[in-house]
Amino acid sequence: MSIGPITLTLALPLLGALVLAFVADDPRVVRIVGLAASVAAFVASLVLLVDFDVANSSMQLHETMSWIPAIGASFSLAVDGVSLVLILLTTFLVPLILVASYGSVTVSLKGYVAAFLALETAVLGVFAATDLLLFAVFFEFTLVPMYFIIGIWGGANRRYAAVKFFLYTTLGGLLMLVGILYLYSQTGTFDYEAIRALELGTTEQHWLFAAFLLAFAIKVPIFPVHTWLPDAHTEAPTGGSVFLAAVLLKMGTFGLLRYALPLFPDATRAWAPWLLGIAVIGILYGSLVALMQSDIKRLIAYSSVAHMGFVVLGTFALNTTATTASVVQMINHGLSTGALFLLIGFLYERRHTRQIAAFGGLAKRVPVMAGFWLLVSMSSLALPGLNGFVGEFPILLGTFQTAPWAGVLAAFGAVLAALYLLWAYQRMFHGPLVGADNEHTTDLKPREIGVLVPIVVLIVAIGLYPKPLFDLVEPSVERVLTEVGVDAPAVEPAAAQTDQ
Amino acid sequence: MTFLLAAEDLAVTPNEVVEATSGLVGLAWLIPVVPLVGFLLVLALTKTLRESAAFIAVGAAAISFLLSVGVATQILGDPATYIRPIGTFIQAGEFSVAWDLYIDQLTTVMLLVVTGVGLLVHVYSLGYMHGDARYERFFAYLNLFLFSMLVLVLGSDLVTLFVGWELVGLSSYLLIGFWFEKAEYASAAKKAFITNRVGDVSFMVAMFLAFSVFGSLAFTDVLPAAGELSSGVALALVLLLLGGAAAKSAQIPLFVWLPDAMAGPTPVSALIHAATMVTAGVYLTVRMSPVLVQSVPGMEVIAWIGIGTVLLGALIALRQDDIKKILAYSTVSQLGYMFVGVGVGAFREGIFHLVTHAFFKGLLFLAAGSVMHAMANRSDAWGMGGLRKAMPITFWTSAIGWLAISGVFPFAGFFSKDQILTEAYNHGYFAIWLLGLLGAVLTAFYMSRWFFLIFLGERRFADDVHPHESPASMTAPLIVLAALSLFGGLLNFEHSGWLYTFLAPAVADIGPIGYEAAGGIPLFGLIGAAVVAGLLGIGLAYLTYVRGDLSRGRMLEPIRGVPAEVLERKFYVDDLYSLVFTRIGGRFAGAMVWVDTRIVDGLVNGAGAASLAFGRVTRRAQTGLVRGYVASFLLGALVLVGFVLYSVR
Repeated sequence: MSIGPITLTLALPLLGALVLAFVADDPRVVRIVGLAASVAAFVASLVLLVDFDVANSSMQLHETMSWIPAIGASFSLAVDGVSLVLILLTTFLVPLILVASYGSVTVSLKGYVAAFLALETAVLGVFAATDLLLFAVFFEFTLVPMYFIIGIWGGANRRYAAVKFFLYTTLGGLLMLVGILYLYSQTGTFDYEAIRALELGTTEQHWLFAAFLLAFAIKVPIFPVHTWLPDAHTEAPTGGSVFLAAVLLKMGTFGLLRYALPLFPDATRAWAPWLLGIAVIGILYGSLVALMQSDIKRLIAYSSVAHMGFVVLGTFALNTTATTASVVQMINHGLSTGALFLLIGFLYERRHTRQIAAFGGLAKRVPVMAGFWLLVSMSSLALPGLNGFVGEFPILLGTFQTAPWAGVLAAFGAVLAALYLLWAYQRMFHGPLVGADNEHTTDLKPREIGVLVPIVVLIVAIGLYPKPLFDLVEPSVERVLTEVGVDAPAVEPAAAQTDQ
Repeated sequence: MTFLLAAEDLAVTPNEVVEATSGLVGLAWLIPVVPLVGFLLVLALTKTLRESAAFIAVGAAAISFLLSVGVATQILGDPATYIRPIGTFIQAGEFSVAWDLYIDQLTTVMLLVVTGVGLLVHVYSLGYMHGDARYERFFAYLNLFLFSMLVLVLGSDLVTLFVGWELVGLSSYLLIGFWFEKAEYASAAKKAFITNRVGDVSFMVAMFLAFSVFGSLAFTDVLPAAGELSSGVALALVLLLLGGAAAKSAQIPLFVWLPDAMAGPTPVSALIHAATMVTAGVYLTVRMSPVLVQSVPGMEVIAWIGIGTVLLGALIALRQDDIKKILAYSTVSQLGYMFVGVGVGAFREGIFHLVTHAFFKGLLFLAAGSVMHAMANRSDAWGMGGLRKAMPITFWTSAIGWLAISGVFPFAGFFSKDQILTEAYNHGYFAIWLLGLLGAVLTAFYMSRWFFLIFLGERRFADDVHPHESPASMTAPLIVLAALSLFGGLLNFEHSGWLYTFLAPAVADIGPIGYEAAGGIPLFGLIGAAVVAGLLGIGLAYLTYVRGDLSRGRMLEPIRGVPAEVLERKFYVDDLYSLVFTRIGGRFAGAMVWVDTRIVDGLVNGAGAASLAFGRVTRRAQTGLVRGYVASFLLGALVLVGFVLYSVR
């Protein structure tokens, strides 16, 4: 039994939420507690980064506590490179999201902050769990706070969006749970490494892969199970949209890489060409639909469908370059789309509309916001020198090596991304400044700039020198791909990597 | 004088590849970094320094230029391909890219052109942009452009070249849309970026293909190994590279963005959309010349695209009245000549034309800016006339630019264009040579029209316009560029002249292709034909626009009626694109939205209505098999989702 930095990183936000239950409903106190807990979690995750051994490809820094010994389920946590970078992304963004929300959330701020902190713990659990039952519990639990965040602090049509979000994702999650129970029935344990070592028949693999795939595909979301996303994004409050796009969607692509691929290697190889096709459709279709949106938040929501299509493409290219880059792209999408949703939120607070047609010529009035918006758009459309490129380009290049047709078709996504992002930018920020509303829009405040700057710094830093990020991720990805590549996974019951 | 033609299979020792961290080459990283720092400083200090911030940008350009001169002296003294190691950029699996710099003779020529013309345009802008509300911002963007373009020419890898390639696209976007308050300017900026992105897809696929063949995209790996390419892959690579180059360098069918790009301030048109950025496609193809020579059919496509663009640009320029638009189509056309050069195996002549074009077209654009400055921003050539008296420096420098582009001996453009055409003939491309001569006649004609309508004759503008000569900050760059346009021919005064020899180790040897001349016309005959073509064009324009009755206005134009309509509508290419992409593409995207809301999402919502019936069926599905449960789970959950969504709507 051991408690270390992972448990600490997970516990701190939840602790903050608990503290909130006992403090007075004073916005100042709530703000401080929220920020303190989330920053503490970030610091704890940095400790994790320091302790992490980059050269080691397996799960490390194991922490295990007894949970439900009767059925062989334990509270075990560990990280590999992939989970580590996603944990860092999460803990990095939550304080920024909270600070960004402090200006806009007026109704029961305490509940909002508590929900966010609980959500953070749940997501961190998803990334760190090495027990499948624990993973499923965290995976499902993320729905609860997110449901309330959309349903309570959301927009006009929040009820429909919240229910749709909840049911859609529950559906997938339940199927995965069935799959997990089946795996348990075969091994008698929920331990990840033990299950990973299990040799499954091809038919079993196909069914289980399908169950896991559906759960994760809905989360990502992969075409055609993406339609909950635009509604959820549009109705969610700013912080909810940022977290949803930046972190929650990654649970899907993370799940594919952590569970679907290594657990069911034969099925993965068999399904991969189909998934490449679906990813390409998602990229082009999501971009085209984004192009036609009149609501800027919906536009970015559909752009997420396209961008996550690139991640799925890289994952199923089953090529070290592409698959590693797809993990990097998860981080990149989190940063750039997160920043875009922040900017949309800041603009919404000023104008109370998200209709692109309501804006025009804003660059003259709000040059700082326009500058950030353009830079982040450029990151999102994968301009070299910024982070999006170092993810997208190796994904395409790697995919081309295994499936040239998919690499070529997906490359057209680059044109469409430029089209919908720059067209939106032009309609909102360029042209003559018309109308009193546009005339009186105010530029970003220091607090808002302070939220954006850390993200922009990372956008540029990763864009120029992504090597450390790739180095963190690559060994873990290699390990997954090695297992997928092996025709028959070696049978090693009670795997060498036991936690206890 | 002697116009000797070198034996092309003359053995050239290829460059030795040398890693260098010392000397001026070791400092080469400063060449792009200084303008980058300038960009950031100007942005940061705009509020503090106000207009003086512009001098930071000018200083940065000057430092880059001096460093480039330093690097050039080192290359001259000790020719080699220098690699300046910087560090890793991307390392993902087998795919590895470094930020290292690649400096050889070709790089040096590009460095000098970019920083030299760049510096002159910076200085010119001090006067031209004076009084603009975003004066400092303009200089920041100019420095950003310089940085981007220098990354492009210094990159040691196709990927880092591509980084610069895209960043110049961003700078171009920012500068075309500099006056974004005007909706059409903003549209022009977006159009430029998107059109280039279309070419980028081609360029990217070229890199994917090259990587799968070579396992690397570094020039030091790709270029020496190019000989191993199979003819099919080589052809594919050449055509894909051409796709990228055609967008950046405004060739058929992707030239449509460049004329619209004239929405940007005139110094930008001179620097980015004439002298430097648009030549990046030429640079790319010449840099990849070892790959090009593996596919002569691919090169022939380049040559035909080039000559088609020469004629298309020149024809459209005949009926443009905006003095910047004429120059824009002229640029399209002149870039076509460079592509002809590349396509017929005259790589070095292509680069020579790139250099002289940077001089005389940069000059002509800056002169046009000076004219517009004097004419209260008017740009209609028919509304000018007689400006030679009011602005003598602009007049005389323009005259040099005009004679240079028209191919009059001994101005710079004569040598470079003539050498491309001569090489086309000597390499067996008779039709291209002949069409190139036709292009030369047209060029001389439309440029003479431009020059005569602006400067000669009587004034045709209203009395409230008081043209005046521009300030020294603007005329000084004109004089420098005029001198270069006058004497630039000396760089390669004869076939196989100095520049030709200098560049030899940096480009592919075309000896193995075994070109044969198209016929028996001797060199003097070829040169004579080029001289006659230029003079013919000038003469015809003289008869029309100087001796003709200018009071008849546009009735004087030799091309009228339907052909004029076709030219004014730019062969309907823009209309075709707008039909296909905006109307039909828009409909298609609209259809996708319909599918998304009605079908993909509609199925989820609609499932609710049928849920009860569904429920009865699923009850029977208790088969005891796990897979059966999985299936029923899916079905049941779908029903549940649908039902609840149906009820909360």
